[in-house]
Amino acid sequence: MSTSPRDWSSHPPYVYPDYKSTVLRGPTRPLIPLKHTLSERTGPVYGHDSLGALDNDLTRNGRRNGEPLGERIVVTGRVTDEAGRPVRNTLVEVWQANAAGRYVHKVDQHDAPLDPNFLGGGRCVTDDEGRYRFYSIKPGAYPWGNHHNAWRPNHIHFSLLGPSIATRLVTQMYFPGDPLLDLDPIFQGTPEAARSRLISKFSIDVTEPSFALGYVFDIVLRGASATPMEV
Amino acid sequence: MAFRQTPSQTVGPYFAYGLTPQQYGYDFASIATPVVADETVSGQRIRIVGRVFDGAGAPVNDAMIEIWQADGQGRYAAPGGASNAAFRGFGRCGTGTDPQNRYFFDTVKPGAVGDGQAPHVAVTVFMRGLLTHAYTRIYFSDEAEANAGDPVLASVPAERRDTLIAKREEGDSGIVYRFDIHMQGERETVFFDV
Repeated sequence: MSTSPRDWSSHPPYVYPDYKSTVLRGPTRPLIPLKHTLSERTGPVYGHDSLGALDNDLTRNGRRNGEPLGERIVVTGRVTDEAGRPVRNTLVEVWQANAAGRYVHKVDQHDAPLDPNFLGGGRCVTDDEGRYRFYSIKPGAYPWGNHHNAWRPNHIHFSLLGPSIATRLVTQMYFPGDPLLDLDPIFQGTPEAARSRLISKFSIDVTEPSFALGYVFDIVLRGASATPMEV
Repeated sequence: MAFRQTPSQTVGPYFAYGLTPQQYGYDFASIATPVVADETVSGQRIRIVGRVFDGAGAPVNDAMIEIWQADGQGRYAAPGGASNAAFRGFGRCGTGTDPQNRYFFDTVKPGAVGDGQAPHVAVTVFMRGLLTHAYTRIYFSDEAEANAGDPVLASVPAERRDTLIAKREEGDSGIVYRFDIHMQGERETVFFDV
């Protein structure tokens, strides 16, 4: 089965000058069309057996001597294709800053505290309805060097495999009502009509009483083509 | 309700502890590493190595490369596909741990899949400053005859095909294929609309 094409009205362009790093890193020549072969119709599978016991709980998988600081959140959503069919048994990887806006990554030099009890990395696998779910701490905003007084909005990085390498997606989930979204060239680099798909929704139904605020972030991957192409 | 594709966003500079934690020394297991095939996998053992260059010719130190390939007999480790259980065919490597910012994969040379394509490796490129990932392919310099008949290579303008061919070198440590990726410039690597 072939996969539907990348919808370039949904994805950011390779070169978006307001996001300065794109200027020297985005390919400039037209992409060469590639009719999908077996190589593009297949991809790696990582099921539940590839997960560690605490992989879906970022409030616990980095603990050393206590609980991480910050606002506990639970994030869930459905992964579907463009026909709304669930993408089952697919790996969802996440990584994020801590509540203070600091990444564990060694090159992050932002002068905000590390949390000894928070790593910020996790993963889960979708169920039969395409649902994923993980616990974490709401990430803080942090400054970056793109322009004067530049701050990234609160966000969680997501990486999804989907059924083939053609469905691969790396994206970021944002939080509703964040005033930094209007000022962020990474978010703004996304075609306007598609931006709202990157913003999670607060849900009181997902919120766990006395424990964690709930956010819903549904993800749509490229789907199976209605008219499979011949190879 | 419409189901439109979720937009891509850059992987950013801080992916390592989430996506390539073991390689970068974080206390978190990796699901995929630069070692695609260990000693138990049959086939011709090779190392693929290279650097990623930006439009100013500077090596990129925060890229992540993923590869997906068939095993030595041309079988993919996908559902209904290969039977080579020891071989998953998927690797990940960041360019931030080597002093020269090289990525590498220790693997076996893929066999031809049997549909007329030359042996190749599918490559996906991620980095800060790349809002949407880029797809390319690695072909092998010692497969000239197969490459000449490959339909994907044939679709690439002749003067740019060379950007997709990894150069074979034989050293003390075995067979190495060198494959640099140029994001821009005169030698810009061919990227595909997969």
